[in-house]
Amino acid sequence: MQRDRRSDAPAPPGLPPGPRAVIGQSLPRLEDGPLLRGQGLFAADVNFPRQVTMRVVRSPLAHGRLVSIDAAAALAMPGVVAVWTGADTAAIPPIPFRATRVRGLEPYCQPILARERVRYVGEPIAAVFAEDAYVAEDAADLVSAEIDPLPAHLDAAAPPGEFLPGLGTEATVVRKEYGDVEAAFRAAHAIVALDLSVGRHSGVPLETRGAVARYDAARDVLELHGTAKKQHWNRDEIARLIGRPTHGVHLFEGHVGGGFGVRGELYPEDVLVCLGALRLQRPVKWVEDRREHLVAANHSRQQRHRIRAAVDAEGRLLAIDNVFFHDQGAYVRTHGARVADMAAGLLPGPYRLPAYRVAGHFRLTNKTPAATYRAPGRFETSFVRERLMDAIAARLGLDPVELRRRNLIGRDEMPYARPVDALGVDVVLDSGDYHALLDRALARFDWAGTQARLADRRARGECVGAGLAFFVEKSGLGPADGVRVSVDATGSVELVTGAASVGQGVETVLAQICAEALGIDYRRIRVVRGRTDRIEFGNGAHASRVTVMSGSATYLAALAVRAMALETAAMELQTTAEALTIRDGRILRIARPDEPLMALGDIARQMGPNSPLMRGRTPGLTAERWFYSDHMTYPYGAHLAQLRIDRDTGEVRVERYLVAYDIGRAINPMLVEGQIAGGFAQGLGGALFEEFRYDDEGQPLSTTFADYLIPTMAEVPPVEVLIAEDAPSPLNPLGVKGAGEGGTNAVGAAIAAAVDDALGRPGAVTRLPIAPRTMRRLLAETAR
Amino acid sequence: MSDGGCASRSIAVTVNGSVCRAEAPVRLTLSDFLRQTLHLTGTHLGCEHGVCGACTVLVDGRAMRSCLMLAVQADGHQVTTIEGLAAPDGSLHPLQAAFCRHHGLQCGFCTPGLLTTLVEFLKDCPDPTAAEIREAISGNICRCTGYDSIVAATIEAARALRGDGTTP
Amino acid sequence: MKPPAFLYHDPRSIDEAVALLARLDNARLLAGGQSLMPMLNMRYVLPDHIIDLNRIEALAGVRQIGETLRIGAMTRQRDIAEHPLVRSRLPLMVEALGHVGHRQTRNRGTIGGSLCHLDPAAELVAVAANLDATIEIVGPKGARLLPMAEFALGFMTPAIAPDEMVAAVNLPLPAARHGYAFLEMARRHGDFAIVAVAVVLTLDPAGRLATCAITLGGAAAVPRRMAEAETMLRGAAPDALLFGRAAATARAVDALEDAQVPGWYRRQVAETLIERALATAHRRAVAANGMAS
Ligand code: FES
Ligand code: FES
Repeated sequence: MQRDRRSDAPAPPGLPPGPRAVIGQSLPRLEDGPLLRGQGLFAADVNFPRQVTMRVVRSPLAHGRLVSIDAAAALAMPGVVAVWTGADTAAIPPIPFRATRVRGLEPYCQPILARERVRYVGEPIAAVFAEDAYVAEDAADLVSAEIDPLPAHLDAAAPPGEFLPGLGTEATVVRKEYGDVEAAFRAAHAIVALDLSVGRHSGVPLETRGAVARYDAARDVLELHGTAKKQHWNRDEIARLIGRPTHGVHLFEGHVGGGFGVRGELYPEDVLVCLGALRLQRPVKWVEDRREHLVAANHSRQQRHRIRAAVDAEGRLLAIDNVFFHDQGAYVRTHGARVADMAAGLLPGPYRLPAYRVAGHFRLTNKTPAATYRAPGRFETSFVRERLMDAIAARLGLDPVELRRRNLIGRDEMPYARPVDALGVDVVLDSGDYHALLDRALARFDWAGTQARLADRRARGECVGAGLAFFVEKSGLGPADGVRVSVDATGSVELVTGAASVGQGVETVLAQICAEALGIDYRRIRVVRGRTDRIEFGNGAHASRVTVMSGSATYLAALAVRAMALETAAMELQTTAEALTIRDGRILRIARPDEPLMALGDIARQMGPNSPLMRGRTPGLTAERWFYSDHMTYPYGAHLAQLRIDRDTGEVRVERYLVAYDIGRAINPMLVEGQIAGGFAQGLGGALFEEFRYDDEGQPLSTTFADYLIPTMAEVPPVEVLIAEDAPSPLNPLGVKGAGEGGTNAVGAAIAAAVDDALGRPGAVTRLPIAPRTMRRLLAETAR
Repeated sequence: MSDGGCASRSIAVTVNGSVCRAEAPVRLTLSDFLRQTLHLTGTHLGCEHGVCGACTVLVDGRAMRSCLMLAVQADGHQVTTIEGLAAPDGSLHPLQAAFCRHHGLQCGFCTPGLLTTLVEFLKDCPDPTAAEIREAISGNICRCTGYDSIVAATIEAARALRGDGTTP
Repeated sequence: MKPPAFLYHDPRSIDEAVALLARLDNARLLAGGQSLMPMLNMRYVLPDHIIDLNRIEALAGVRQIGETLRIGAMTRQRDIAEHPLVRSRLPLMVEALGHVGHRQTRNRGTIGGSLCHLDPAAELVAVAANLDATIEIVGPKGARLLPMAEFALGFMTPAIAPDEMVAAVNLPLPAARHGYAFLEMARRHGDFAIVAVAVVLTLDPAGRLATCAITLGGAAAVPRRMAEAETMLRGAAPDALLFGRAAATARAVDALEDAQVPGWYRRQVAETLIERALATAHRRAVAANGMAS
């Protein structure tokens, strides 16, 4: 991977100017050791003595009345401990909302085991508890359900109908509007309208879900292991659902084999294992198998947009009017209406838009429930918005790059407040120089030269093209996060955060920030995350928030510890704190840096509770700090793609791909590049390969890794990454913006544009993923 | 072999150099034998139907999917798992070290299967091109990295294993 | 996703295996397990007995008998691909094996397992059909030989009785100087083919096509020899136009339809791949014969 990075970001406040020793360095990860040696602790690796295995029996039908369940044969099997049906869990409330609660969604919440009705293939209808996984599966196979089939709703764009007795398929409509849309359309030089769809796909981490619960009667604590992402919220809700005090429930995170939005939400199975551990008084382990995962864990992305734009003669946007249909699947889970809300709020992206109206029809279908997947609502709307921009350019005979330049919000317009909200906060684009990044990306890709070379190749009969897409991400969702930094008597540092890690390198990033602020080797910092027993509050890891929120809190806490250490040392050394600094964990005089005076561990010892120095003060070289934010930060970027289409088979080969991304400040550029490269591979999956397909009865067709096509090493080309730090965020001390989702955001958009270009037919691509058979049809139509 | 076949059998498998004897139900997969019976949980299960490669181990030096073998089939054979890659003194195998340097892993769930596959591959093909590496591990799905860092790490490890050039 | 309960047998000889097959009801033979094990894990099959062939040494090995290559049913795909005889005399097989699964599955998967599973998209099935292989089958009444065309009875259905098993496959070797090509289109590298094409051809001294075999895999329920095209080509002077016409016979193939791939798409890809495979095979034949192209 080639690197291209400017490191002229100013020094973070509170630290001396000059090059940073730790922040901004591509240091090796702290996480790697155990993972490379096979010593990780993933959910399925957690075991307790006397544990039983849970196996979930799932609905074989997409929609039907659940008449009865016969578990007698299963219960009679040796090794079976219990079998539960909906009747056994009737007292447990359904899975609650965490985000974007909209009135009217409550009746669509999911019970932990179905009662009366099944609504999608894969819905839990019974739980079997047995001595081991093999027996549990044998017994689950013997549980038989009598279900009266009902017709399945499968098209969210179909006219609304009745989903449940007295309840429609349309749970809500997400509406946002500003400006005079009607007037803009009346005054328009041209109106461009498109009908675009994105296929159903999702995060599909390589580790399936898993949960191990155990009740420790001696301490009266219920523990849940194998958790991810949102430990504190999940802890609070689990406690409420099963009727225990919050302090009597603790969640633990080990290693997580990828999150991507899917892992760590509160699912029915999490509640079932907790209930099992309490009722059976034995630890209960559940490990999802891959087939279950593909029908039971959150799906995402499926939307259809009917979008119209009004533009003036120069191609400037006057208004956008968008109606879209969000295919939610059979239940509304923890995310409420969030994905539809984000799609509606963030669709305008990087462009100046005087008037905007959107109606997002949030519809239920008899498919697996949907929620977030990396760049939720943005992968979809970047595809839609950038398709629209290309269509406008084609309509007016303008160069697509020039059209974007005319519409991009200027640097001098920042911060730019758009009168809409998303995720419950106003959209205020905090900083950015969009034009500059576009220019750098074009230069780096040699856009002009590429165009010439492609024209040449096309003249020689090849089907090749290039496309570009611009986007704005969002990151650092507040409102708050806290971190506690403590130095022990050996000089080692413990950093406790309410954040979580889903494998991105959170520990390393937080340790680097802490090390920079404190003046200590980052390898001496132990990061504790994802544990409710170590810190009272936390907002977890999602929405690219950790580096911004927990990173800022880490920075503040580490600076506080630094100040305490210097103050104590100054007393000891009879000097002022200003005359001292810390390097490599040792105090030294700024004037005589070659003479290390005392170690941080010495100071920690002197700050113990029995030290005379601490009389009347709170002991310990430790500080907890909180960082608050009312607004998100908005990183931005461009994707540039060049590809070749095999005219005869319709196969697409991506020849070159560039992601240019401004994230304000890169704490560890190597990890940022990793996020972008991995995000790109997932975006490519959604653009060309991955789709959850269903037949006419609502039977899922993508239930194995042979049918759900995750790109392998042979399909994913190397990606070029340009990390820019032109626009540090003014909203946090480090200037950082989250880097997790920019690699995924605009892949569908850029690939679609490049395919159009190769076909020489603007607007040819209207749907993702672009399967070879679709491409073959487009080629045939183009030839005609 | 008894005439009626057996439901369970006592087996002896040499795992990472030491002989492990255990009673194994005949339907127990090799992967579950390693993970559950021997508590070697470094071998991961990503699909249990032979597509993802996370469960790859070396059987008599050859990379195989342990979810597609029965434990009884490993009776009398040599199995090497991720736990057996580092040197006895604990120092990392050149592949492990290169994965760390090149950020060839994020969540690390695919890593054991990739490393075991690559150990065999680099024995067969000590000086591979990037294209050969991509083909060799196209049977290992990684959902996090986008793969390129894995290719870079492999090239560097190959160089180290050949003994030419110094590693940074 | 764990295998269902069964009883396990691991005979050491072919006779023992055949005896077990004769005696046991609802028994499945376990070869390399690269297809059967996923089916067991997913519980698509529920056998009462598994007869594991992996400890029968007599079932593995590659041998040349006259102008035939005899490959034991339990020979691993990787060992076939690396065998010197195969590499020198049957490069089609090597090229095809490059598309079979991945390193880890070729290390374990066997030729006999692949043939008996008889997935229409399996590469080795197409190769066997293209070479007019004979399948050596053993059962309680002894051994018999069955031409591949008869062995491939229907969709994933080999013509073997429940008490029989495949011991070996005999592959007639093409003339020393031949041209070959194995091409396929799959969604991802290593996946089963949407369409695969195997071609072997030889030239007469004048450069005309002396023999030509073309097989389409993945397109129909069983591998399909393109007889019409083969007839069209035999004796003809090869050129691009002719290859195009021969490939066009794929338009008449009654192609498989499934949720992912419509029949019309399979036919179109088949036509493309046949044309390309013929061109490649011809180029190689010309080179093998030291002719100027
Ligand atoms: S777990 Fe064995 S290949 Fe996926
Ligand atoms: S590092 Fe997560 S799957 Fe490869």
